[in-house]
Amino acid sequence: MQNQHTTGSIAEKPVSIIYRWLGDRIFLTVVVALGLSIILLAGAMAWVLTGESGMALKEFGVIGFLTGTTWDPGVQFRFGALPFIAGTLITSVLALAIAFYPAVAVAIFIAEYAPRWLGYIIENLVHLIAAVPSVVIGIWGIFVFAPWMRDTFYFPLYEWAANHQPSLLPVLGSPIGYGMATAIIILALMIIPFTTALTRDAIRQVPKEQREAARALGATKWEMIRMAVIPYSRGGIMAGAILSFGRAIGETMAVAMLIGNNNNFPFSVMGPAATMPSVIVNEFREAVGNLHLSSLMAIGLVLFVISLIVNLIAAYVTRKLSITGGQSI
Amino acid sequence: MYDISDIKEKAGDQIDGTSGTSGSDKRTEGPATIRMETKDLTVKYGEVTGVRNISLPVYNQKATALIGPSGCGKSTFLRALNRMHDLTRNAVISGEVLLDGKNIYHPKVNPVVIRRKIGMVFQKPTPFPTMSIFDNVVAGLRLVGIRDKNLLNEVCERALRQAALWDEVKDRLSSAGGSISGGQQQRLSIARALAIDPEVILMDEPTSSLDPLSSSKIEELIHELKEKYAIVIVTHNMQQAARVSDYTAFFYLGELVEFGPTDQLFTNPVHQRTEEYLTGKFG
Amino acid sequence: MKTLRQRNIRDYFMVGLLYVSTIVVLTPLIIIIGYVIVNGISSINIDFFTQELGSPARAMQGRPTGLVHTILGTLVVDSLALIIAAPLGLGAGVMLSEYPDHKLNPLLRVMNDTLNGMPAILKGLLAFALVVKPMGAFSGLAGGVALAFVMIPIIARSTESALMTIPWSIREAGLAIGLPRWRVVLSTVMPAARTGLVTGFLIAFARAAGEAAPLMFTSFGNNYLPNRWTGMIFGPVDTLPQRLYSLAISPYKEWHAMGWAAGVVLLVFVLGLFITGRVLTRQKFKV
Repeated sequence: MQNQHTTGSIAEKPVSIIYRWLGDRIFLTVVVALGLSIILLAGAMAWVLTGESGMALKEFGVIGFLTGTTWDPGVQFRFGALPFIAGTLITSVLALAIAFYPAVAVAIFIAEYAPRWLGYIIENLVHLIAAVPSVVIGIWGIFVFAPWMRDTFYFPLYEWAANHQPSLLPVLGSPIGYGMATAIIILALMIIPFTTALTRDAIRQVPKEQREAARALGATKWEMIRMAVIPYSRGGIMAGAILSFGRAIGETMAVAMLIGNNNNFPFSVMGPAATMPSVIVNEFREAVGNLHLSSLMAIGLVLFVISLIVNLIAAYVTRKLSITGGQSI
Repeated sequence: MYDISDIKEKAGDQIDGTSGTSGSDKRTEGPATIRMETKDLTVKYGEVTGVRNISLPVYNQKATALIGPSGCGKSTFLRALNRMHDLTRNAVISGEVLLDGKNIYHPKVNPVVIRRKIGMVFQKPTPFPTMSIFDNVVAGLRLVGIRDKNLLNEVCERALRQAALWDEVKDRLSSAGGSISGGQQQRLSIARALAIDPEVILMDEPTSSLDPLSSSKIEELIHELKEKYAIVIVTHNMQQAARVSDYTAFFYLGELVEFGPTDQLFTNPVHQRTEEYLTGKFG
Repeated sequence: MKTLRQRNIRDYFMVGLLYVSTIVVLTPLIIIIGYVIVNGISSINIDFFTQELGSPARAMQGRPTGLVHTILGTLVVDSLALIIAAPLGLGAGVMLSEYPDHKLNPLLRVMNDTLNGMPAILKGLLAFALVVKPMGAFSGLAGGVALAFVMIPIIARSTESALMTIPWSIREAGLAIGLPRWRVVLSTVMPAARTGLVTGFLIAFARAAGEAAPLMFTSFGNNYLPNRWTGMIFGPVDTLPQRLYSLAISPYKEWHAMGWAAGVVLLVFVLGLFITGRVLTRQKFKV
């Protein structure tokens, strides 16, 4: 009797409006508003960069700006983006080319060969190194790596070329230590942990059954990796490589500190060059003319578009090449 | 030029120092010769015992079914027969597994070679998804460096016919291994195991992920295959064991409770446990 | 036909190659960290934490200089960034995870990933256009906004995955006893996922704290402590990564040494946050 009475009174108790429908309404509205602001933010980036670069693009034309090879903020006030686009693409492609195989090798080593404790240590170390700020790598590059490269490789190479193959000198460029080659090597070192981590994640997705199927056919360990592990994870590995490339494109500080900052074509192997992020970081603070600022914004817009394309390709590759439930798509 | 017997001979070469001649002619001997045998086989995972002191024969040209409630160790036992436990980090194996009288756990024996003689088919179909059907079937041959196109074609057709898949896929051998149905994928996995011409075929619940129609096809296939090979099949399905096998072993809690000819074990079990399991009192 | 011997040799060769690659890759990376720590610690002294930088002359004449204003500025700017980014990232993460059927969801996911994939320097340009230009001055606030842009997509992503680890059955249990959705999310799901949420914040914070590029033309830099604390927010402010860059490219030897010191402080700060975050989640998995 009494029990029934209590239950009845709780059920009949009026529930506050917050608990009926208003609370959910408010909550959803707030959450959607916050989500929407991120959408707007991404849109704002495109909008702002386009708007701010309007002056430069109008002055030189889109094609003219993209293909212009002169960057002269001092005398002619002419701005062309080609040296920086080229600098960015060359450094990033070569850095990825250097980094890719070693990075994948480390991932395979962690996943397949290292004893569990060692794999655990290396994996965490890789994540840790990936978190080291770019400027910290940069300071090591400026004071240790670049001078060392200059004394160990660039000078001897330059001397040899001067004595034996003078025609190579313009290709090699001046051996000051700060230049394309140094930037590429540092960039490669910086993206290796990133590529390794993504490859490791891709390998993690390979089902046990695939490995066992290969071993049951009498595959040796390496044959199993070639037969079951790498093909199965190739989508993830490819996407990881592309994302690393995107990372290299946007990498700013260490490159700006090491590439030597030469805004003019032609670039040489060891000589100074520039990339899109490096020119922005170097000149934006000191830019006075509106056209100069607008041109730097336009460089930012180009960087935005290229990064966007790279990210979209990575997403496409992941979807296209990924394997779900043992069935290929 | 190579032919099939050539492969087998070379495969024979690959078996370590312990064996001189192996394989070929034993299949024509009497129907109930012993092909494999375990002696006091124990598998432990760290401190946990998977199976304990199993002694069991595997007869040539017969199918042997391993049954028992889940967790009874039947799969653990099966995987010990081709040294798949080598891939598990903390698995420890004691006792002997004899193939044609030679212990496959002898330190000089290379598990890679053993696994080519003792093929395995898994619970889930495992075609390599990025390879074509053709490449899947001949994957085991390519491993040992066989490049001869004619030989590969020949072996592929033979294996697919043996796996009763040839007619269904002969027109699309170059499409992806994952593009066919689950049942076909499982027969593809069987064809892949048959292509390297093993002596024994281990099957770990090969029909458990398939629909009834595909399952019955696999069962028919087992009937045909045991004309030629020794087959060990783990199944959780007692009817299946009764239908396909000549011998049945009943496992319980990591031990072999009873082993005998299938008719006998099913109609007249010796142990009470076996009877209780067969009549559905537990499991 | 390959013999087993040939195949084994290939296997050994590949294993060797993998070992060598791993060593070759990890050695320089460890050397970098080692160099920064050794050089940095030997350059650190008490002045580093108590004095302002001042003009280059101050260092060259051997008067005490340090980066106290930089350290304070970093804390202010990074905190501002977190204050701005936390609600946005959290809200977006909740939307991604708790309202999977909302029609804006796919768009949000794409936009968030896009934002995450954008170079940090572009986030600096955006903050320059949105904050510095209208305000007419470089400021700590602008720097905070720029770093918030770095943090937001990371927090959104980590919040989503932290909330996703909580099984749906827990939400259903809450709804089944008559709790409204918002109550279930706020008092059941989010507390259950709190370690994951905190880790996400820490990782995002660590990432942003190491960024120099977006700060170069937002918080700009400053050799002195501002006269009033509001100067930290509304005036140009020094931050460690940006100061480290300026010191490293400066022509003064004394400043180079201070650069190493700034490097080790930044490294310890960033990696400390990062490790804390990782350790937190690992404990969660253990329990």
